[in-house]
Amino acid sequence: MDRKRRLIDTVVGIWMRGGLYLLLSIPILIAVGIYWKAAPLLESHSLKDLLFSGKWFPMRGEFGFLPFIYSSAYVTILSFLFSGPLCLFAAIYLTQFGKRGLLNIMLPVIDILAGIPSVVYGVWGILVIVPAVSGLAGFFGTTSSGYSLLAGSIVLAVMCIPYILNMLIEVFNTIPVGMKEASLSLGATHWEMVKHVIIKRGFPGIISAFGLGIAKAFGETIAVLMVVGNTLEISLSPFKPGYPLPSLIANNYGEMMSIPDYDSALMFSALLLFVIILVINLFFRYFIHKAEKS
Amino acid sequence: MRKIKIIEEWIIKGISFLAAYSVIFILLYLLFVIFKNGIGALSWETVFSMPKGGYYFGGEGGILNAIVGSLYLSVGATLLAIIVGLPAALFINVQLIRLKRTQHLIRYLLDALWGIPSIVYGAFGFAVMLFFGLNASLLAGIITVALLITPILVRAFDEILKTIPVELQEASFSLGSTRSETAMRVLFKQGFAGFITALLLAFGRGIGDAASVLFTAGYTDNIPVTLDEPVATLPLAIFFQLSSPIEEVRQRAYAAAVVLTIFILIISVSARLLSKRYSKNIIK
Repeated sequence: MDRKRRLIDTVVGIWMRGGLYLLLSIPILIAVGIYWKAAPLLESHSLKDLLFSGKWFPMRGEFGFLPFIYSSAYVTILSFLFSGPLCLFAAIYLTQFGKRGLLNIMLPVIDILAGIPSVVYGVWGILVIVPAVSGLAGFFGTTSSGYSLLAGSIVLAVMCIPYILNMLIEVFNTIPVGMKEASLSLGATHWEMVKHVIIKRGFPGIISAFGLGIAKAFGETIAVLMVVGNTLEISLSPFKPGYPLPSLIANNYGEMMSIPDYDSALMFSALLLFVIILVINLFFRYFIHKAEKS
Repeated sequence: MRKIKIIEEWIIKGISFLAAYSVIFILLYLLFVIFKNGIGALSWETVFSMPKGGYYFGGEGGILNAIVGSLYLSVGATLLAIIVGLPAALFINVQLIRLKRTQHLIRYLLDALWGIPSIVYGAFGFAVMLFFGLNASLLAGIITVALLITPILVRAFDEILKTIPVELQEASFSLGSTRSETAMRVLFKQGFAGFITALLLAFGRGIGDAASVLFTAGYTDNIPVTLDEPVATLPLAIFFQLSSPIEEVRQRAYAAAVVLTIFILIISVSARLLSKRYSKNIIK
């Protein structure tokens, strides 16, 4: 009896340990696997050429990722300009000014919306945002099919709202009530209390929520791919189409085997996404974990 | 001075009120648009029949292949995620209970892993497929989606496990149970509500993800019988049909989007209900 129990303990122990080790090795496996496929490109081209050249002619063996990096950065930053302030004010209202009941209703709703797949956001973007952007372009005196950097940014912003809002609400809820009361009892108005207590105390948390939202937007694929136009050009106008990095990977998988080094180039863009997003995540998660510990 | 303060107060309150309600409005509007456009195209035929000849040019048929395919894929991936993730989450909370620093480090890494976009998992899955000489198939899709959802499952489960008091474990040890018995019979039972939530969260993420299965699962008009056949998935059915120039095919993409959204809503709501139901058995 006792031997059997001990045997089970050993086996289950190995299973548990094995599961954890396997899990922790995922990032390493991903890095190694993608690097292995991207290596041929890195050997034949310098990193500087890959990142800062705008010449994208896979048939001639020229791979300049600048237009893709530019588009990615453009939609990410623009989408954050929409979603960041909106989420901050909405979170302040929901946790400080609004009724408690509203927050209790909103929390599950936000949770559910965070689970809506990105392809559904893409469908919404095509139905609503693309025609709207096309109309808006007419208003500004240009023409646009609607499939544009702006459309991509708006869809991204909406996708990131539940994600960022959720984190901000959590940040604001961890701030002790006593501190708020102390501020109010000294004669501060609600807004002064928010300004000097909530935002000041929650500052690392707010920055982290924003940072993680940006990282999520940077790597989002399908929803953006569906509305961004996927045309290779570097343009300042938000009404022009763009071609972000994730769309490049998703769009070209079918044909990549026929052109030499093309598959390496796509793997290189995956590697870029992986490294940039992992670094952003590690950086901002560090703040959150530090805050949780204390 | 006093007046400026009051005006500032009102402006800020107004802005934040608008922000909160426009967020609510945008999100409800999104659901409204999806349902409004999809319901009209939704029929029993769409949901319960396979695509027939000429389907992608407006012919007869439905998206049963994608619905069943998506279920196969996400059930398989969730099972795989449980096999790896369940013991890992228990390990963090039993074996490592005294090593706070290691626990924090692991949670930190898993959280960072949560943020990796699914297209990267897709690319990695593709590299693995090339390495082992696999084709786009149900198996490759399951493995890729499992990689994507395991960190989610573990972290969500772990969030509940870490709230279980240490004393409960100590009581179990003092009665002579081994570590694995404590893990499986005490911690797992106590955290079962959290496990269900984590499971459904991971399942929902798996069923809705498109970028990771784009190159690993392939696409087919049939329902796969073996693991090495390609499989159709709902997100990709939406994605492909939406790029069609034919209006009728695009209508079906809207219908498929409604089906997918309803799946996600069912999963989210049942996660809430089930976790409430099972948390009754918890020893406080």
